[in-house]
Amino acid sequence: MTTETSTETNGSTGMATGTTGSTGIADTVTGLLGEVLSSRKEAAEPPVTTKADWTSDQEPRWCPGCGDYSVLTAIQLLMPELGARMENTVFVSGIGCAARFPYYMNTYGMHTIHGRAPAIASGLAMARPDLDVWVIGGDGDLLSIGGNHLIHALRRNINLKILLFNNQIYGLTKGQYSPTSEVGKVTKSSPLGSLAEPFNAISLALSAEATFVARTHDMDRAHMQEMFRRAYEHHGVAFVEIYQNCNVFNDGAFELITKKDKRPSMLINLKHGEPIRFGENMENGVVLESHDIVKIAKVADVGESAVLVHDEKQVNPSLALALSRLASGPFMPTPIGVFRAVDRQEYAEELSRQIAYSQDLKKNPGDLEALLYSRATWEVT
Amino acid sequence: MTDTITEIDPLPNASLDAPHQAPSLTIRFAGDSGDGMQLTGDRFTSASAVFGNDLATLPDFPAEIRAPAGTLYGVSAFQLHIGDHDITTPGDAPNVLVAMNPAALKSELGLMELGSTVIINEDAFTERNLEKADYEVSPLQDSTLDNYSVILVPMTSLTKQVCKELDIKPRDAERSKNFFALGLVSWLYDRPVDPTLDWVKAKFAGKEQVIAANTAAFKAGHAFGETAELSAYKQEVKPAKLPSGTYTNINGTTALGWGLMAASQSAKLPLFIGSYPITPASDLLHELSNRRDFGIRTFQAEDEIAAVCAAIGASYGGHIGVTSTSGPGLALKSEAIGLAVSLELPLLVVDVQRGGPSTGLPTKTEASDLLLAMFGRHGEAPLPVIAAYSPTHCFTIAIEAVRIALKYKTPVILLSDGYIANGTEPWKLPDLSKLPDISVGFHTKPNFTDEEGHEKYLPYLRNPETLATPWVIPGTPDLMHRIGGLEKEDGTGNVSYDPMNHERMTILREEKIQGIATDIPPTWLDACGDEDGTADLLVLGWGSTWGAIVSALQRLRKAGHKIDHAHLIHLNPFPRDLGEVLSRYKKIFIPEMNRGQMNMLIRARYLVDTISVTKVRGLPFTGGFIQKRILEILNEERGIK
Repeated sequence: MTTETSTETNGSTGMATGTTGSTGIADTVTGLLGEVLSSRKEAAEPPVTTKADWTSDQEPRWCPGCGDYSVLTAIQLLMPELGARMENTVFVSGIGCAARFPYYMNTYGMHTIHGRAPAIASGLAMARPDLDVWVIGGDGDLLSIGGNHLIHALRRNINLKILLFNNQIYGLTKGQYSPTSEVGKVTKSSPLGSLAEPFNAISLALSAEATFVARTHDMDRAHMQEMFRRAYEHHGVAFVEIYQNCNVFNDGAFELITKKDKRPSMLINLKHGEPIRFGENMENGVVLESHDIVKIAKVADVGESAVLVHDEKQVNPSLALALSRLASGPFMPTPIGVFRAVDRQEYAEELSRQIAYSQDLKKNPGDLEALLYSRATWEVT
Repeated sequence: MTDTITEIDPLPNASLDAPHQAPSLTIRFAGDSGDGMQLTGDRFTSASAVFGNDLATLPDFPAEIRAPAGTLYGVSAFQLHIGDHDITTPGDAPNVLVAMNPAALKSELGLMELGSTVIINEDAFTERNLEKADYEVSPLQDSTLDNYSVILVPMTSLTKQVCKELDIKPRDAERSKNFFALGLVSWLYDRPVDPTLDWVKAKFAGKEQVIAANTAAFKAGHAFGETAELSAYKQEVKPAKLPSGTYTNINGTTALGWGLMAASQSAKLPLFIGSYPITPASDLLHELSNRRDFGIRTFQAEDEIAAVCAAIGASYGGHIGVTSTSGPGLALKSEAIGLAVSLELPLLVVDVQRGGPSTGLPTKTEASDLLLAMFGRHGEAPLPVIAAYSPTHCFTIAIEAVRIALKYKTPVILLSDGYIANGTEPWKLPDLSKLPDISVGFHTKPNFTDEEGHEKYLPYLRNPETLATPWVIPGTPDLMHRIGGLEKEDGTGNVSYDPMNHERMTILREEKIQGIATDIPPTWLDACGDEDGTADLLVLGWGSTWGAIVSALQRLRKAGHKIDHAHLIHLNPFPRDLGEVLSRYKKIFIPEMNRGQMNMLIRARYLVDTISVTKVRGLPFTGGFIQKRILEILNEERGIK
């Protein structure tokens, strides 16, 4: 984490700041917004807050037992630990069950329209790089109607923390198959089984040039919080897929891998710099089959040295992509953790930099009078 | 057509009354898309502006970037109307056509009045080009041009000839033939030479060969008039008497961009523009993208929806969020604009209208998005709609649009059209020190104390005068709140499904917009002087029909007709006196570039009888067309057939 160097230092977060010295919003914004921003007198020390501070006065209206509750709690507990500021935090969501999330956070929040949260949040993050902007959406919201916005937000590396609540079903519309539902899924809109191959959200994000890609699940608060923390601290866009149970329309979708007794043999916990091993006794490992295809093998059969060491910082995403293809659904040994975490120019910061650059080039930047008279003119007397 | 039309003065641009001096002149340059006609017209326009004429221009080009050379659908034209008096349209029928090839002659000749001048590049009339233009016999050899004054000039070969002396390859030389044409036309109509030559030097700096070729071609064209004894065709249009000041020639797109920049400075807020490339609105994105030093954040989004959504996000963050588009894009943005209505956030949507439906006529003008702008959202989602009436009006209307968006915290749709965006006219540079202060400020303190004395912030507690909700931006301590597209409880903004609340909120949103009527000027009315309501007719216009209406009325009033002109700038809400104004007239004539959309609104709102005259040909109205229709209406009234 670095500290913001501009006048509107928020001192609490690495989200808005660059490692190479950033151009903050206050440098390029004057007028009323500039005044408001530079008038914020924030202590250099992170604020001391509790879960209660981060909880709004609105009663959550999710179904009892919904996985969304555990994500909400994980976030509300994590925020004080991160030292984040409520007033500098914005949750933007689209439409769907998960999209109600902002109402329950005592932060700024916007519950928008179906699929468009990444686009609205992108505009906000560009206008206000000083804010921590989180995007909340389900698999229908972010991968179906909002798929285009998601991939472009990832490609641009705008400083958004995107949480995909993947429950492999449309919940709020009462149970139709989603873009992550398995082939043959029988639902109200697919009585004979759904026909199309589902998206692998991790593969999609990696292919969309995302700089931070991770997966977690709603049954493990500590792991969720670790992924959210990493996302928060990542400079640029962060994409976290959460396997989330919908106990009404798709109950147990992830049971085969997330149930406590199944986890050792079914979850492959990716850790940077460590050999990728799993199993009750860590007897299984991930090895290279060819240069960009990986497979699972018995460590005893292939030898310890053959087991792949996870490197989330590889610039080439091929191996991360290969890991994302290990499981074709949550019924096989499935990697969780950070697939990829690399540094790349953050979009809003670069935009601010272009503005600062253009202003440096001009003797009187923003001189409208001079612009008006810059064309061929003539006098009428 | 009726006989009485001949009672009217000859059109002011008819050149017959003074062989060597004309009050105005309409010239049309036409050639292949690759012939540089837009540039040629643009240069002639600049020279005319510097010379002091009033003027208006109309670029008229195909949607294809480079259609196959020599074809009819590849013809690109540029028309300009210069005058020694107030010029408000790019001219009706051109007096002069410059045709660079057979296709240009074929597609444009129909626009010309009999007796007008046609200047032809005869080198281009080869068998192959004639065939591409569907001419079986060369029009230079049959009777096609019998009723025109024809000037045949071997432009290509003469250009190659002068360039040969400069050691320029014939192929490169050929590209300069438009400058030959420009030189010749500049001589014929006595335009100053230096602005063009200076421009060539500046534009092609570092490309000495190109400068040499264009300069030589221009001079050769200029000299050609003299040596070929074309003096009989020479005409002069004296400078116009414009109000004193410094002028520049500007198109609607640039004026709109600069207006937005002025609005940003007047509001003391940064400008954010989210946009997706679309003809004819892209140039606004280009203009603003080039102004990073003004702190403008431009964002080329992945699609039209993302463009408006990003602008909404920026507005939420305290910027002036703007999105620019044309009809298809406005349709795509509908849902997000509805969100902005519900969130009650400032947003400006610029719609540069073009021919529709669907892809329609991307490069041609139309004003057929009015009802889409008014009603094109689901649910009851009222918002202000305003329309520019001319290229230079775009500057002030942009400031007005932003003023309304900020003061009332509402999305605003600003309608322009392809003609306004690309057309140019002289613009007296404004005194920036006189721009209105349109700043609104942000709320940073609680706005409500509850019964127990707790200070609270209620995001939907309205300003009693404007009914606007307070503008609190993220980053403001202690005022954290949530907004969203679900119906909100009056005051608190909490999600509410209460039936009575929904009706109350629906009506409040409506009243907020209707209330703007008290904050805008009364109807713009140019009455011919009779206060007693004895005018024969009211022409009620909106948008770019303004120029054609003014031009028609100049002629009709000269002939003694009492006709008034009202022009609508604010389309929603209408000016508060509009009903009263309309009630003064027995006949109301509404010309528009659609199938009668304003006509429908006026009849529905005011229960008045109206006469709708529409035209959807991708071209702006001409003064002559409106003049003719008005005479027909008046004659019908008198029982003259």
